[in-house]
Amino acid sequence: MADRKIKQLSIFVNNEPGRLAHIVSVLKENGVNMKAFNLAESAEFGILRAIVDDPDQAFAKLKDKDIIVRQTEVIGVLIDDEPGSIFAAADLFGREGINIEYGYAYTGRSAAAFFMRVDDCDRAIEILDKAGIRLITDKEI
Amino acid sequence: MFWNPKIECMPKDQLKALQYRELKSLVNNLYSFNRFYHDRMKAQNVHPDDITSLADITKLPFMFKQDLRDNYPTNMFSVPNNEVVRYHVSSGTTGKPTLVGYTKNDLEYWTEALARSLTSVGIGPDDTMQISYGYGLFTGGLGLHYGAERVGATVLPTGTGGTERQIELIQDLGVTAIACTPSYLIHMGDVAKKMGVDFRRDTKLKKAVLGAEPWSESMRQHIEESMGIKAYDIYGTSEQAGPMFTECEERKGIHIAGDIMYVEIIDPDTEEQLEPGQKGEMVVTMLKKEAMPMIRYRIKDVTTLIDDECACGRTSPRISRITGRTDDMLIVRGINVFPSQIEYTLLQIPEVGDQYMIHVSRDGALDNMILQVEIKEEAFTDKLDDMVRLRAHIESELKKYLNIAVTVELKSPGALPRFEGKAKRVIDTRKF
Repeated sequence: MADRKIKQLSIFVNNEPGRLAHIVSVLKENGVNMKAFNLAESAEFGILRAIVDDPDQAFAKLKDKDIIVRQTEVIGVLIDDEPGSIFAAADLFGREGINIEYGYAYTGRSAAAFFMRVDDCDRAIEILDKAGIRLITDKEI
Repeated sequence: MFWNPKIECMPKDQLKALQYRELKSLVNNLYSFNRFYHDRMKAQNVHPDDITSLADITKLPFMFKQDLRDNYPTNMFSVPNNEVVRYHVSSGTTGKPTLVGYTKNDLEYWTEALARSLTSVGIGPDDTMQISYGYGLFTGGLGLHYGAERVGATVLPTGTGGTERQIELIQDLGVTAIACTPSYLIHMGDVAKKMGVDFRRDTKLKKAVLGAEPWSESMRQHIEESMGIKAYDIYGTSEQAGPMFTECEERKGIHIAGDIMYVEIIDPDTEEQLEPGQKGEMVVTMLKKEAMPMIRYRIKDVTTLIDDECACGRTSPRISRITGRTDDMLIVRGINVFPSQIEYTLLQIPEVGDQYMIHVSRDGALDNMILQVEIKEEAFTDKLDDMVRLRAHIESELKKYLNIAVTVELKSPGALPRFEGKAKRVIDTRKF
């Protein structure tokens, strides 16, 4: 089950010119590749959520640079090329009382997915498994 | 027009003699009945017998705002609690506010001072005066209220806020005079314009008594030209009683009623008295105060003493417009804010660090204050909601302690400047 819980980095970003560039350059200098990301923003700060190819190394490097970073777990519902695939998962969560805190889309070479942060990751996976809804794995990203 | 010509026009030498008598009896009284000032005099090795002229006032020890905090709430009072008839509360430097207490006579002299001041700008029984200062713990509202009533004006106690309604009342009731902060009056002018109200054409408002925050001749000019209202400067802090003293019709300095308050201007470094005309820190002695002493109090306002004859006929000394502070106190929307209060408030919030920056600017006519703080790493969650809630929490704590709305900006650790030596945490871009 572990490989379907995707490690995500959440980074606090001051909303000022050059700040995002600085964070991204730390990742680039360390050969970390960003696969998917999403930026949530308020007036003076933002939260960058990113899925990278080596989350542990990236986490350590960012911390070294005094950047506030946290590791969180998300799940990615695979999207096939037809309408309704996100609906099925969201609808199930709604009925089962799983709260989706936020989500963002990812389109890769081999697969597309919708990453979601939910309040109970393990139960969410269980529910989707039972319903036969496929989740993206580490290796597919 | 004089309210109390006998005192207001008393020959200068007689006034000095009166001040000496008041000082002497004040010092005698405090030495006998006020524990705090008794100890303070003992520590400085000065006895009431050492005071044999007005110039001997320099032998007396200074008082500081810190003394008010150390003796909070009433340890400094000279009278038993049953003689105290009112409290007012203003901001302190950290944690505890500044409390001032008044006896019946203290309120009487406050009102007397304002009656003289309002009369000196031509406000009297024929006027309808709107008091747009805050009522309540702040001294401005109630102080001006009773002063205006004393001179027989019809008082309209609007307090602050509800600007459109205030403008309607000015029109409907034929308000002729107003007391508020200068920035609020300018704000009223802006709002009136949007309402299609022209102060010159549509109102009878002709006089404004403005204070509680720094302002300038150019703001005065702006008010007079754009609104047709003659603006007068008023001065006074809660330690003295509240707003008390104004310019007269001549508008060449603020007349200080010499029988009520004795003013010295000192060099803040050497603590030596300066001559009239020399700029320095004002030190005040309240000659009539009963509830709590205010002797050689370091008020920290910077001004000069004007001691020549005023054309109005009043012999009282005057001070020029306050030009600054010798401490780091800010006045934002008429409210005193000490950076140390902000520091204290932040210390109570575990999610933020102790570095901060304050940005004060003027947005139209009104002040705007932004506080930047660094969040601690452990307080960071990846949910925007949590962060926004934390920000709202900090804002509400600041509102609680400072009594003023502050916009908070969250920054990551290390984002704010660090200072070696004297920190410069306040960036004030307001032009007065």
